[in-house]
Amino acid sequence: MATDVHRPVSPEAVPASETSQATPSTQATQAVHVAGLTRAFDGRAVIDRLDLDVRPGEFVALLGRSGCGKSTLLRILAGLDRDIEGTVLVPRRKAVAFQAPRLMPWKKVWRNVLLGLPGKPGRAVAEQALKEVGLDHRTDAWPKTLSGGEAQRASLARALVREPDLLLLDEPFGALDALTRIKAQRLVGELWQRRGCAVLLVTHDVEEAVLLADRVLVMDDGVIAHEQRIDLDRPRDITDPRFAELRAGLLERLGVDTAAEAA
Amino acid sequence: MSISHAPPGSSEPDISDIPDGALVKATAATPSPPDLEPLLPASSRRTRIPRWLRRTTGPVLLLILWQLLSATGVLTADVLASPGRITQVAGDLIADGSLSSAMATSLTRVAAGLALGTLVGTGLALVSGLFRIGEDLVDAPVQMLRTVPFVGLIPLFIIWFGIGEAPKVAIITLGVTFPLYLNVYAGIRGVDSQLIEAGESLGLSRWGLVRHVVLPGALPGALTGLRYSLGIAWLALVFAEQVNADSGIGFLMVQARDFLRTDVIVVCLIVYAFLGLLADFIVRSLERLLLQWRPTFTGR
Repeated sequence: MATDVHRPVSPEAVPASETSQATPSTQATQAVHVAGLTRAFDGRAVIDRLDLDVRPGEFVALLGRSGCGKSTLLRILAGLDRDIEGTVLVPRRKAVAFQAPRLMPWKKVWRNVLLGLPGKPGRAVAEQALKEVGLDHRTDAWPKTLSGGEAQRASLARALVREPDLLLLDEPFGALDALTRIKAQRLVGELWQRRGCAVLLVTHDVEEAVLLADRVLVMDDGVIAHEQRIDLDRPRDITDPRFAELRAGLLERLGVDTAAEAA
Repeated sequence: MSISHAPPGSSEPDISDIPDGALVKATAATPSPPDLEPLLPASSRRTRIPRWLRRTTGPVLLLILWQLLSATGVLTADVLASPGRITQVAGDLIADGSLSSAMATSLTRVAAGLALGTLVGTGLALVSGLFRIGEDLVDAPVQMLRTVPFVGLIPLFIIWFGIGEAPKVAIITLGVTFPLYLNVYAGIRGVDSQLIEAGESLGLSRWGLVRHVVLPGALPGALTGLRYSLGIAWLALVFAEQVNADSGIGFLMVQARDFLRTDVIVVCLIVYAFLGLLADFIVRSLERLLLQWRPTFTGR
């Protein structure tokens, strides 16, 4: 049954049963199905009748100028914002990594990783996840003693330990320094290939989007204004001329004059 | 450096084989070397006297001065007894057991008041901190009541509770309740909303959020409140025991006042101070234990 896999993020006013009845069975082949989604803040529609589908296992990057509503969309998909209209179907098992790692400072790293998991999972579960992100040596550390990159990796481990079908990443590398960011991007690419979950990466870094995603979406005026498939072979090389071309094309869509940059 | 310099006085600088970029450097006069001063490691600058010794010198000097004034008769015994005399009286009071029994009585009162006040203060703070409706119902009355100086309620409490232990414990409870309430409430409301959101995204239930996010987040505030409360508890104890009491440290002091025994009064004051320090030490230890996740600035 479709509702077993997909839990609708229902608008608060509508009971969940009504929306789930309206679910056509064909949408079960999607990891995310959004149709006619509207989210307004004080009458101003930040997301305006937006449609979006993400296939299972697909890596989608969402670009857009700041304030274009891309983070709002991610929060809606995460189930953190329910003041919405329209249909939103997301997997029951989903996880979020935010821009700030948002670790509970009063819980040791491994307890942070296990926080909110159903049942009483043992420490070994956390250790396994931390090993996957290369942080097994800091299992017993307090979050405030971690470096920025380490904290972000702990946050990733916390998301992965949930074995999500959909991983939502909200500018997870935004606060990292350039070197750490390259490492973290590589890590996310590897984890995605190993886990095979669908990923929605919200970012403002065009290069990062082209580097990681199967498909890059550009959000503008509350809808997906542009879509770009990235068919480059992995691992991708940023010095590849096709890479530069895609990057320039997307930058242009975002309203950045690349000619001025090249001069 | 492989760059050759033209002599300073030369009219025709020899720049033929120097690349363009080095031109400025080559023509500028050689800078005179700056005066260097050694930066000593911090440890070598410290004096030889250990810190604890420096810290104790001041109080010891004060004690010596006090003893001198008493010995020379400038400070008479009915104004303030000499340190030697006080030590002797303290010894006597401990020996005949009156001090320890008074301390036990007073400590029991503080403990009872503190326990009750903690219960009421944190209870109210949880209700108004965690629930919107609780805030509406509880916060306004508490904010109003807290402006009443609790010491002023002693006469009323005596009428209500008589002159036994009840009014004393009640006054301490009242004094303890408000600082705890304010700090726990502020602590709960001050929990980072981003962390709460993260908890939600991890699938924590409402109770899970309270247990894993809100309460631990409010703990630093709660402990600050506890520290304030302890200070106020001693203050309340002094007031409560001096109004009417037939036991306890305050009673010992009132009795001593009637016999102009400044030595006993000072002993009692020292006991109060000592108990206050002890309480502070307990809360500090508690903070170290419960807030070990917090990297704190320990001072230079």
